[in-house]
Amino acid sequence: MFEAIAFYLFAFLTIAMFYITVTTSQALYALSALAAGMIFISAFFFILGADFLGAAQIIVYTGAVMALYAFGMMFFDTTRDVKEKQGNEFIVVGFATFAAVLIVAIFAAPLVSTNMTAFYPMVEDAGNTQQVGMVLFTKYLIPFEVAAVMLLVAMVAGIVLAGKKMDKSLTLMNAEEIELLDASANTKVLS
Amino acid sequence: MDTAYLIETVIKVVILLLVFSALAGIGTYFERKILAFMQRRLGPMNVGPYGLLQVAADGIKLFTKEDIIPANVVAPIFKIAPVITAATAFMAAAAIPFLPQFTLFGYTVHPIIADIDIGILYVLGVMAVGLYGPLLGGMASANKFSLLSAARAGAVFISYEVVSGLSALAPIMMVGSLSLVDFNNYQADGIGSWIVWSQPVAFILFWIAAFAETGRTPFHLIANDHEIIDGFGTEYSGMRWGLFFIGEYANMFFISFVIPILFLGGFGDGSVLGAFALLGKMSFFFFFFLWTRAAWPDVRPDQLMWLCWKVLMPIAVINVVITGLVMMF
Repeated sequence: MFEAIAFYLFAFLTIAMFYITVTTSQALYALSALAAGMIFISAFFFILGADFLGAAQIIVYTGAVMALYAFGMMFFDTTRDVKEKQGNEFIVVGFATFAAVLIVAIFAAPLVSTNMTAFYPMVEDAGNTQQVGMVLFTKYLIPFEVAAVMLLVAMVAGIVLAGKKMDKSLTLMNAEEIELLDASANTKVLS
Repeated sequence: MDTAYLIETVIKVVILLLVFSALAGIGTYFERKILAFMQRRLGPMNVGPYGLLQVAADGIKLFTKEDIIPANVVAPIFKIAPVITAATAFMAAAAIPFLPQFTLFGYTVHPIIADIDIGILYVLGVMAVGLYGPLLGGMASANKFSLLSAARAGAVFISYEVVSGLSALAPIMMVGSLSLVDFNNYQADGIGSWIVWSQPVAFILFWIAAFAETGRTPFHLIANDHEIIDGFGTEYSGMRWGLFFIGEYANMFFISFVIPILFLGGFGDGSVLGAFALLGKMSFFFFFFLWTRAAWPDVRPDQLMWLCWKVLMPIAVINVVITGLVMMF
């Protein structure tokens, strides 16, 4: 009974928060509501006994992703309402409804069939974190490694964008140009 | 899940809220007294014996002060930001085992609200969510200094989250579990089995990161002390400002519990002596927060970022790699 109460409570809260995120024209409301919605989603993981995924949801979405959004929002005045460009309402509502129904259909379709079996059934005597690790390093090893490479690419790109004198290549310069580069190295502001 | 469990949990939550709200108030008294003694002053002396009732006087003042919502602020966000700081601090405490289990009137009590498998991950993650208090408070304040402080708070919390996570990873690899109770049991054999002896680097790094996560003095620049304002709290008054304080002190107490449980044996074998040992270790770490505030100046923001990304994070990564190699061979 408690699980049902918790489920409906958090379902209501999540939908309410995301509704605010979509409809409001105040950037701070949208930010806070989206962060709160992400936290409420983690409640479903905890109800299902997937503690590790719940904590990961809190840390990744609320702790990291939303905080970066907030950083971006510091460049404009968040205390004022955003003027939104209003398109054709019927097209927006139509496509949104269609997308929502489609997603529900995609995830609900397997429930119709009765002969569902798990490819990787639960391992007895293994904790939540261990089970995530087992699936991640056997079935999903390739996506996991690809994700790591993508993060590496993003990191290199970030360093190139933010670093100083990254547009120059030492291997393509002769000795005098490199000396000139060294002489101007002390003009950096931060060490 | 039966009703007895529900009632027990509710009682534990209420006790935790009451005890640590009160401790946060008394913590301010300790802070002022200790700072005063270290600076050859007397500190609060006028209200009650040795100024002990100063906490009550401060409480009355904060509760009865007018709650001013300035013009131009985004009122709902401005109002809810201090609540986020205080609430996340207390939410993080749900997975901390404060005392060993004991039997009261024939009923075994576990002094932990939710004994989940991923305790340390949950505690660090929810403490990281506490970042939204300063961030939203500063952004909703319509004050440039508040916004500046919010940006600093965001930078400090996100950066040092990396250090605390990576430094906690090495002991997690050794214990093979994320549960704080398992951490305690791993070190239950006495002082020789403490993780601090095999992971001294991780211990120091986690301790440094704890100062940043709670926003205490060497990393206190989120409060803009040098601009003689109160950072993200500049526009706040009364109890909303007080909630920021309760959140900060509660966080200090909880991280002072987490450090000994992770590295210094926690409550050991669960005897009464072990329980008192944990409280003693917690008191030392809380005292150390205050000691540092009296002894150290704030660092500059660029020094803070330099320390995090160019010193602490590489050391933490190297520590994790070495731990992995040692465990493998």
